Amino acid sequence: MRGMMDLLRRGAASALAGGVVALLAASVAHAQLAPPPGPTVEAIKKRGVLNCGIDTGVPGFASQDSSGKWKGIDIDYCRALAAAVLGDPDKIKYTSTTAAARFTVLQSGEIDVLIRDSTLTFIRSTSLGLDEVAINFYAGQGFLVRKALGVTKAADLQGATICTVTGATLELNIADFARSTGAKIGTLLFDKAEEAIAAMEAGRCDGYTDDSGSLAGMRSTLKVPGDWMVLPDLISKEPLGLHIRSGDARWQKIVFWLDTALKTAEEFGVTQANADQLKATSKDPFVLRLLGAEGDFGKMLGLDNDWSYRAIKASGNYGEMYDRHWGPKALDLPRGLNNLWNKGGMHYTLPLR
Amino acid sequence: MRALTRHPLLRALFGTPGNAAITLLMLAGFAWALPPLFRWMLGDAVWEAPNRAACQAAGSGACWAFIRARFALFFYGVYPAPERWRVELGLLLLVVIGAGALFARRGRGWWLLVLLTVVPAAGAILLAGGLFGLAPVPTAQWGGLMLNVVISFVALGGAIPLGIALAFGRRSRYPVIRLLSVAMIEFWRGVPLLAVLFMGLILMPLFLPNGVTVDNLVRALVVMTLFTSAYMAETIRGGLQGVPNGQAEAAEALGMHHGQVQLLVILPQALRLSIPGIINIAVDLFKDTTLVSIVGLFDLMGVVTQSMKDPAWLGLAAEGYTFAAIVFFFACLVISLGGSLLERRFGEGSRR
Repeated sequence: MRGMMDLLRRGAASALAGGVVALLAASVAHAQLAPPPGPTVEAIKKRGVLNCGIDTGVPGFASQDSSGKWKGIDIDYCRALAAAVLGDPDKIKYTSTTAAARFTVLQSGEIDVLIRDSTLTFIRSTSLGLDEVAINFYAGQGFLVRKALGVTKAADLQGATICTVTGATLELNIADFARSTGAKIGTLLFDKAEEAIAAMEAGRCDGYTDDSGSLAGMRSTLKVPGDWMVLPDLISKEPLGLHIRSGDARWQKIVFWLDTALKTAEEFGVTQANADQLKATSKDPFVLRLLGAEGDFGKMLGLDNDWSYRAIKASGNYGEMYDRHWGPKALDLPRGLNNLWNKGGMHYTLPLR
Repeated sequence: MRALTRHPLLRALFGTPGNAAITLLMLAGFAWALPPLFRWMLGDAVWEAPNRAACQAAGSGACWAFIRARFALFFYGVYPAPERWRVELGLLLLVVIGAGALFARRGRGWWLLVLLTVVPAAGAILLAGGLFGLAPVPTAQWGGLMLNVVISFVALGGAIPLGIALAFGRRSRYPVIRLLSVAMIEFWRGVPLLAVLFMGLILMPLFLPNGVTVDNLVRALVVMTLFTSAYMAETIRGGLQGVPNGQAEAAEALGMHHGQVQLLVILPQALRLSIPGIINIAVDLFKDTTLVSIVGLFDLMGVVTQSMKDPAWLGLAAEGYTFAAIVFFFACLVISLGGSLLERRFGEGSRR
């Protein structure tokens, strides 16, 4: 009798476990086989709000000011997109996403676009079904070092000790870099960036390594920022940009050409301030197309022709955004790779014709 | 010296040469550590400055201007300023009804019933809005300490009834109920809270059909409630076991049926025995609510870490964490004091 009960109990338990596993498997399969979501832009217009996925807080990209308003270059992109699609840069619902959840939140349709200092890699592109449509910030791992060290490039760091945080690819990149250049670079690991910086200021190491965007912010928190410099070279590639779900060609084109429009505006000298005037007086066909005074470019995207004009009025051109958050009056990071192609940077856009 | 050592406190501190040496060593330690701390926190602190650079220029101590500038964010998150009275009214309601349940001489049961039914409903309407002409405020805008309080209250309010049910379930005569209760309790006690929070955030959206989303806060609330109820069940079960058998036997002898015995005789006594444990869970829960900052909700801790990323106030981690620690300390102190008051109240009948 007792054995019978045991058998029954065990049977019930394994049936339960089997059921749960089957349910999980079915759900995952369902999630992967689900048809691509419908036209995102129609959903946004119907809702009247753009769901923009952003970071939980990183200087220059997305952070809240004292009144709780989001600021940063990623936020400016969200605002430009909302202005282009909905006609109002304030019709946005921001969803702060952690590094672990960001892509799931995008996959599940909770957000329309992810603008969150994220890099698209091969694996993410192929297995998650996401596209990085445009790049709004070229970052990479860089070094912040003591000026007294007399170092001008990363390869000179032979024998130096660098403080950094654990758990990221930062130390792996240093190891790879040291191996490829034959330099010997020591690392001192910390749990939080604040601790690593404090150790560096206390003289326990010669420098600090992090993403180039964060380095500028870190430098500004030092007691004497002038004693430290950011080395010009980067030892890894982190193209940060705008991500969407694969399979919605129309939404992809809108996001892609919005980025192009913002950078083209800088190239042709169109700013937040002079957009109105140029729209009326400019003779340059590129400027007229950009501002919707000529051609039917907005209509071809399924929007109206003023789409990019509104985006520029909302956030300014790319250079203005950069200056607002990274310029000399803000985090003070030289534009470097983030300059336009004709000024030595990487932002080379497709022609607007 | 002999006269000095007569006082019990002094005798404890300086009674023997060994004790005296340890006391002096400790005093020296305090003298070495405390003045710089006070100088940093108060003496050299800067209370008014528009940004970090100005703060640093004005003094070498703590930059409390940072905390002052973002004070509202720490308590309300980005809850719209004209609607903040709703949060305050909700808190007032909670405090008044809570105090009533603690202090009332008569009808304490009614107060408790109101606390567990009317307060959550009224609170939800007040905070979320959308009814009675209140402007809707999406949960994405809730934040700061208010979020910690909401999560703790909901999780505790849900976990007590659920915990009672599970505790009885675990003692049930019916194997199926017993097995399910044990499975539920062991599952939620066996997994780390953080892991379930992540599962709720990352796995759940994949199981739901496309376009169907569940509010982030609701996910966190469900997880916190279930998690807390498992601990609650075991604490209450401990209380149930502490009630002497004679009580049940006496009640049965009076002709009460099983349900009456359990609900009217055993449970009230068991709950009284469980109060210290329940308070312990409440304090624990309140501190655990900071974990939601890891899943993208801006509770007080989330707002603090987020505030350190504002380019105008970069690098003020020490001030932020110190402030959060002080707030949490006092909030937990309030819970503890309320708990010991509750214990004294309910214990009145049995005190000798």
